[in-house]
Amino acid sequence: MAEYKGVMVFCEATEGKLASTSTELLGGGRKLADDLGQELSAVLVGSGISSLAQETIFFGADKAYVVDDPLLQDYQTDSYVLVMEKVVNQVTPQILIMGQTSIGRDLAPRLAFRLNTAASLGCLELAIDPASKLLLQTKPVYGGNAQAAFVCQTYPQIATVRAKAMMPLERDKSRQGEVITIKAGLDPSAIRTKVVEKVVEKVEGIRLQDAQVIVGGGRGIGSAEGFKQLEELARMLKGAVGATRPPCDNGWAPGGAQIGLTGKIVTPELYIAVALSGSSQHMSGCSGSKTIVAINKDPEANIFREARFGVVGDWKKVLPAFTNKLKELLTG
Amino acid sequence: MNMIVCVKQVIDPEAPPASFKIDPATNKVVPPPGVSPVIDPYAEYAVEAALRIKDAKGGKVTAISLGTKQLRDIVKKPLAMGADELILLEDEAFDGGDSWSIAYALAMSIKKIGEYDIIFCGREASDWNAGQVGSGVAEILGLPSITLAKKIDITNGKARVERKTDEGYDVVEVSLPALITVSNEIGEPRYPTIKGIMAAKKKEPIIWKPANIGVEVSQIGAAGRRTKLLKLFQPVREGKCEVMEGENPEEAAVNLALKLREAKIL
Repeated sequence: MAEYKGVMVFCEATEGKLASTSTELLGGGRKLADDLGQELSAVLVGSGISSLAQETIFFGADKAYVVDDPLLQDYQTDSYVLVMEKVVNQVTPQILIMGQTSIGRDLAPRLAFRLNTAASLGCLELAIDPASKLLLQTKPVYGGNAQAAFVCQTYPQIATVRAKAMMPLERDKSRQGEVITIKAGLDPSAIRTKVVEKVVEKVEGIRLQDAQVIVGGGRGIGSAEGFKQLEELARMLKGAVGATRPPCDNGWAPGGAQIGLTGKIVTPELYIAVALSGSSQHMSGCSGSKTIVAINKDPEANIFREARFGVVGDWKKVLPAFTNKLKELLTG
Repeated sequence: MNMIVCVKQVIDPEAPPASFKIDPATNKVVPPPGVSPVIDPYAEYAVEAALRIKDAKGGKVTAISLGTKQLRDIVKKPLAMGADELILLEDEAFDGGDSWSIAYALAMSIKKIGEYDIIFCGREASDWNAGQVGSGVAEILGLPSITLAKKIDITNGKARVERKTDEGYDVVEVSLPALITVSNEIGEPRYPTIKGIMAAKKKEPIIWKPANIGVEVSQIGAAGRRTKLLKLFQPVREGKCEVMEGENPEEAAVNLALKLREAKIL
């Protein structure tokens, strides 16, 4: 039996750059590796991604493993699981962390089952248990109503981490590390799926994840027309519009606007929650906002337990008056 | 087209957050009094996905649900929606499992069913939000899997799946048999019709015990876990909201704008 040692971060690229979620994981992974007194490695899987290896070192990795192969151009479960199985068996890390991205949430569980170990998905916090030296994996469960801390006694311990749960290190160009190439060695017939098209859904204006101000609407908005009013306020504040699940399922807001456990995670300076009750499922996507403001007709709504300021009243009356007064204050 | 859908009974995730309680002694959730359990909403999307294919191409839909204390009126919902068979994996030995033990039991029962073209699961379940059982079942059965499906079309023995990504979606093709996990973007699950409810009432579920699917009790439920739950807890909320005063909602709104300005938030 090989000895399992070290922390490995599965890194992803977006538009030719190291993804922000990956720099966060390298920051968090660095801390875990230091707590264990072990090495931090990064692994990059894809096609034409070799140039990013050095970046992972600047962001904290001691070693960067690169698997660069044209067959890895698109993410596919079969090819990525095979490659990661090979990497893990060669490097034998004690801990493997990935982002809770559309890739990580597909790859982590299938790889864990392949390797006869277990994974936790969507963790908020990872730490080393001082006594057992095992990875403590804390994640939201029951739609965010509760959190659970898990450990797994088989190696590698695999976890995916939610966006913005960890802090990246400052990029340091003086950091030194080793880059190691691993051959994919894939048999094309082992890839049982085929990606025929990749569709990027364009977002108008500011991306939710980058917005400093977000106006979020819930079931109480009642229509696509209603969401136009939220857009007006968002535009004035140079922010973006978000939504809970029901408006997205009903087509009042685009699917990409969904914030929550099954949607995006946002951390704006100001979150204006309009006609949304503040379900745990939604709050787990926006509870990192610096200030939450609530407008809701139900004084008992959960959102008033989360908000710093609030107005109890029908949003149809509150929002126009609020928007007009702000317009006056901001232009005056 | 033979389709299998994995479902489960859960505590209603739409119950008010204030009714959510944990028993710290057992690390378990106390079911809220007076709130009926439901079929996991994510699994309902999976049932809907299967039924849409049945509507278009014909075929048979079998639902499997694993658990203890499964209320017949609740777990029969897939039948009422239009599924043809319901198999309940029902035994105390199935209780307290994690993704490993649940995926193992489901995979072994699917093996026993034998004939299938597509296996559907929800993208995750609303209780533990683990999001792993679908991938696990596929791995144990050696099948290709596509997760986070938002649209599924079947042509020439292949599934063409729109898989949700962080930027949009990928269109992925796979030969059958395959496993697909379904996301809520697939669209609202249908309501059971009166006819469907009546038919479901008459239909008796098939009950399988561990021995029926050829598994050892040590491999399933709490005994088959690979992860250990150390602690289940509710995060503490501060709850210091300053509610704006006003003669009417409009005046309170104006005060809110002034307040945000004064606090230099805007």
